[in-house]
Amino acid sequence: MSPGHYLALSAILFTIGALGVLVRRNAIVVFMCIELMLNATNLAFVSFSRMHGNLDGQIIAFFVMVVAAAEVVVGLAIIMTIFRTRRSSSVDDVNLLKY
Amino acid sequence: MSTAHLLAGQVADKQSGEPFFFWLLAAVSVCAALGMIFMRRAVHSALLLATVMLSLAALYAVQDAPFLAFVQVIVYTGAVLMLFLFVLMLVGVSSTDSLVETIRGQRFWAIVASLGFIVLLAAGLGNAALGDSAGLRDANAEGNVIGLARLLFKDYVFAFEATSALLITAALGAMVLAHRERTEPKPTQKDLSVGRFRSGEHPGPLPGPGTYARHNAVDMPALLPDGTPSELSVNPVIAARTDTASRHADLHGETERDAVAADIAAVKAISEEAKGADAESRAVIAGTPAAGGTGGAGGAGTGSEGEAGS
Repeated sequence: MSPGHYLALSAILFTIGALGVLVRRNAIVVFMCIELMLNATNLAFVSFSRMHGNLDGQIIAFFVMVVAAAEVVVGLAIIMTIFRTRRSSSVDDVNLLKY
Repeated sequence: MSTAHLLAGQVADKQSGEPFFFWLLAAVSVCAALGMIFMRRAVHSALLLATVMLSLAALYAVQDAPFLAFVQVIVYTGAVLMLFLFVLMLVGVSSTDSLVETIRGQRFWAIVASLGFIVLLAAGLGNAALGDSAGLRDANAEGNVIGLARLLFKDYVFAFEATSALLITAALGAMVLAHRERTEPKPTQKDLSVGRFRSGEHPGPLPGPGTYARHNAVDMPALLPDGTPSELSVNPVIAARTDTASRHADLHGETERDAVAADIAAVKAISEEAKGADAESRAVIAGTPAAGGTGGAGGAGTGSEGEAGS
């Protein structure tokens, strides 16, 4: 399998994640779609690592995973806080700054 | 980099069975990702995301990245997704998205934009001189984990140290965000006690189910000292589901009152007889009314069953 196949799969998954972020209203599902996009980029990194024959790409993918884990913790805490005050996890209800 | 140029044009690390795994996992992950977007229930989305992540882990393993494959399973599928599910359970597992478009035409334009984006990416990929993969055989010569560790603790050691600061900050941030500030003083035991008596309700604990009753099942109301069954002793959920009021009528008599009266009469008879008896004969005497009670119970039981049947 050439790296192009993996990169195409990565691009498709990234696009699906981006579409989900644009379409979905539930903040948690939007967050899951962001995770999907991060995973897609990780796949691209691993494929590039294999293509170039060194492990730097895998190290970058590892760092992406670390940052994603930290991001999930803080993001879900924010979603919980918003849910506690607004009783909703829909991104449409977070509109106080609009007015 | 140099090896990539040297080996460009030929596949250096052909793996047997790789096309099969690639196409299988690609189909599974794309279908699961699409399902994740289109499922209305957030829990279904989370489970489909787990499918995507597991198939990506398998793809890492196919691509000579066994360490990342395991980290993917442990960190993403194990920790991150469990966190997602945890928050979903806190927020409400049955929450579904509303299908109302708040911005008109948003879905249509989102699909158009993502189609445009994927065309853009495909054009970029098509124009890139990707060549063939150099393979990780040399880089993984000592083993994938050792190779990664060499890089992580030599070339990327400062990024690694920065990661620790990031993780501590994230942990602190999550604690600060999830912490709920107490806006009123914590009620002491005295306050709780005063409040309980001031409310005018029964201050003591409720009777437990099955107390003094025929058996101590949770759906069997307790018998109060005067022989009346107490509905308070049964969990309201169980009381709403089953007819606990007639629990005592199943063996003696037609109504609950009859059953309780028969029970009380039997107990009184036993205690009257036991009063005058010796210690060794008590067991024998206690056996007799119990046998009589069973006989009566059998007769009454058939009667009540007939009643219930009709």
